[in-house]
Amino acid sequence: MGAGAERPALSPWRLAEHAAALLALDAAALGGMTLRAPAGPVRDAFLARLAALGGGQRLLRMPAGISDARLLGGLDLAATLAAGRPVGERGLLAEADGGIVVIAMAERLEIGTAARIAAVLDAGAVTVERDGLCLTLPSRFGVLALDEGLSKEERLPTALSDRLALRLDLTPLSHRDIEPDIFSPAEMAAARARPAAAIADDMLASLCAAAFALGIDSFRAALQAVKVARLSAALAGRDTVAEADAALAAALVLAPRATRLPAVPEDESDPQTDQQDDPPPEDGETASGEAPRDLDDLVLAAARAALPPGLLARLLASGGRVKARAAGRAGQIQKAARRGRVIGSKAGDLRGAAKLDVVETLRAAAPWQRLRRSEAAMAGREGLIVRREDFRVARHKQRSETATLFVVDASGSSALQRLAEAKGAVRLLLAECYVRRDEVALIAFRRSAAEIVLPPTRSLVAAERALSGLPGGGATPLATAIEAASALADAVRRKGRTPALVFMTDGRANIDRAGRQGRAQAQADALAAARGLRGEGFNAILIDTSPQPQPQAAEIAAAMGGLYLPLPQADAAGVGRAVGAALAAAR
Amino acid sequence: MQGSGRPPPFPFSAIVAQEEMKRALLLAAIDPTIGGVLIFGDRGTGKSTAVRALAALLPPMRAVVGDPYNCAPQAGARGQKTHLVPVPVVDLPLGATEDRVVGALDLEKALVSGEKAFQPGLLARANRGFLYIDEANLLEDHLVDVLLDVAASGENVVEREGLSIRHPARFVLVGSGNPEEGELRPQLLDRFGLSVEVATPADLPTRIAVVKRRDAYDRDPHGFAAQWRAADAALGRKLVAARKRLAMVETSDAALGRVAELCLHLGTDGLRGELTLMRAARAFAALEGDVAIGDSHIRSVAPIALRHRLRRNPLDEAGSTVRIERALAEVFGP
Repeated sequence: MGAGAERPALSPWRLAEHAAALLALDAAALGGMTLRAPAGPVRDAFLARLAALGGGQRLLRMPAGISDARLLGGLDLAATLAAGRPVGERGLLAEADGGIVVIAMAERLEIGTAARIAAVLDAGAVTVERDGLCLTLPSRFGVLALDEGLSKEERLPTALSDRLALRLDLTPLSHRDIEPDIFSPAEMAAARARPAAAIADDMLASLCAAAFALGIDSFRAALQAVKVARLSAALAGRDTVAEADAALAAALVLAPRATRLPAVPEDESDPQTDQQDDPPPEDGETASGEAPRDLDDLVLAAARAALPPGLLARLLASGGRVKARAAGRAGQIQKAARRGRVIGSKAGDLRGAAKLDVVETLRAAAPWQRLRRSEAAMAGREGLIVRREDFRVARHKQRSETATLFVVDASGSSALQRLAEAKGAVRLLLAECYVRRDEVALIAFRRSAAEIVLPPTRSLVAAERALSGLPGGGATPLATAIEAASALADAVRRKGRTPALVFMTDGRANIDRAGRQGRAQAQADALAAARGLRGEGFNAILIDTSPQPQPQAAEIAAAMGGLYLPLPQADAAGVGRAVGAALAAAR
Repeated sequence: MQGSGRPPPFPFSAIVAQEEMKRALLLAAIDPTIGGVLIFGDRGTGKSTAVRALAALLPPMRAVVGDPYNCAPQAGARGQKTHLVPVPVVDLPLGATEDRVVGALDLEKALVSGEKAFQPGLLARANRGFLYIDEANLLEDHLVDVLLDVAASGENVVEREGLSIRHPARFVLVGSGNPEEGELRPQLLDRFGLSVEVATPADLPTRIAVVKRRDAYDRDPHGFAAQWRAADAALGRKLVAARKRLAMVETSDAALGRVAELCLHLGTDGLRGELTLMRAARAFAALEGDVAIGDSHIRSVAPIALRHRLRRNPLDEAGSTVRIERALAEVFGP
């Protein structure tokens, strides 16, 4: 493709090829790419293209659950013992200098790990302050995050995804969509040799304006779009960023980050229907007119054409802006990481499940080596002498943390003002919980479904956001709610925390498990679900929210083996106090 | 990025907008007893950039040669060799282990020569300077505990591996983070003198200016830094002048009354709020070249000094900033 050549319409695969070429060209400058795709032939083909375009650039695979020692580096124990002096071991991020770190199952990456990688990307160097080592190792690399998440909850932590310029979604593609290669090794080499392309002020302003119009808050996105446009120009053999380059940047950087739809000009084109075959506008199209205005439109049009499918539906459902990714998940992962994390070591015996902290044990033994050796020499022994009193065992975080799950009846029978009180109580408990480093979650049920409104979190910000959008009214699917609560409680327990369930309802179910109307069956199903909950052994409280205490509610509380609290007059503070006291008693 | 060494940091004076954040950092540099800055807010708003930029702005300090804690020469002590060193701005990386934070037995010396020596940690290196924690809310709890203890006492006590060491560790704690990833422990929150909330500027021209400057810096850090050297130097001189003037700034009883009244009005716990507000107002007066603390100084710094000290009322929808503005209007008039 020479300078000024007509750019062919970009099919999804060709867009992917462009993205691969940009990443191969300067992964470190772009931070990298988030690639959403299931494992399969399409993703394999993409990775093969990336490897081919990179021309020998190394791709280092990193498992999502990597340890700090492997990620950042630390003491190489074997070498240290052999050499008789501390020998450091480089971590994966230091080894990746000049290459690309491929994170498998990036949606499972812990927030802490993501933040560590982000810090190295920012600094262009790995700072090792571990195991007595104190090093700064320059390392510039790009990250390719392979995101296999299925739901929108399963996403790469924003701390990292924010820093990866390119975003590509290959989920809708099948192997039949794969097309012949576009860029040759020679073209890649030529693009690498070119000096950085210039960008006109109005072009840069247009990219910023497009980011603004799409509701993208982070400055990084606009800056990354500028970088992508520059590299795109180099790839096409241009010295200056052209409109096609800006359009490509809009499609690969801005559109996937959109949180709101830009105003559509004249024709009310649906971004979902035409996003497949609508090519980014071509160079020649906007020849006349006031340049800046047209340029803005062009970049926006390109972004609009590349908006991810489903965004519109989500926007309509949320009545405007798409909420930022559920922040509660961050808390969840953060806590999951803490479980079992070593927080230090202490002198101790290797009895039971205690785990030897080898480095600390060696540290304890080290100062005595001279002395012990002179004693041991008489006995003809050699090597490192470790004695029992040197043993250090890893100290893990012990306290089991609590997650309080509120299951709130948002149906018509439970009256709307109750919902307000429930929200208030959740806020109050959350304020307490974050002092104790505990978590809160909220499930609301109405009509025929139970929805996790707030996943387990410690973040007040996330809670506020979730609570402010909670609607009320409709029927009471109590059985479904109890089952949903049980499933969430089970997930919480598997993460090593103790769940406590707080139901706020009048207990008058009128939708059965199959979603049919009918009080009798609904009540029977609710009781069955409650008994199931009891079988799991969860700690539960049922707060009867009806003006007159209901026998049904007491019955369900008994069936789930929980505490029954009729609180007809209580306000939010009252509910909060009652729950706090009940939980403290149960603990 | 060719050339040896790391590129110069983004110049402080080239940071667009974010006035509150810049002011808080300058005040903390003028008077370290204010007690550090917490910067919380949106991603990609240049929180780390600002902290690193501040480091380049600070004038070098005099320290004893070979002192691992950067100690200042003692008054009257003869024969001490001193030299000028840059003010340390030490990063506490998230993956740091406790031994490197507090200091530990020097493993090399222990293994090779059987010598029991202390290897100072990050807290030692940060003495008389700044300790910066990015993503402070993700820091391991046991490291937070250590920090709280040391920040309160100004001294690091190491009792491990048969070592018994205590050394000065007075530093300005600077933390940043994103509230989406969870709250900060209240005990740690309280250690920060000032708290800044950063958000992405809402107007397009500012955003374009931010991206333009950052792009220019990324392409040629040295050239860009050179362009702003004069502006940064002027700001540095202003900072030095403010430090000198600090002791001379008059704190009238009327100003103290205002401070107390405001804190009473907001119901902040304890004396720490009043003390911080007073110190911040004094530092701000010094920065502005004024001789006494006036109402305008108190008003300007009240939000950053008090915001994180308000007792949280979960049922009050209004944020802390709004509550402070309300109180300011009531105490000072509109």
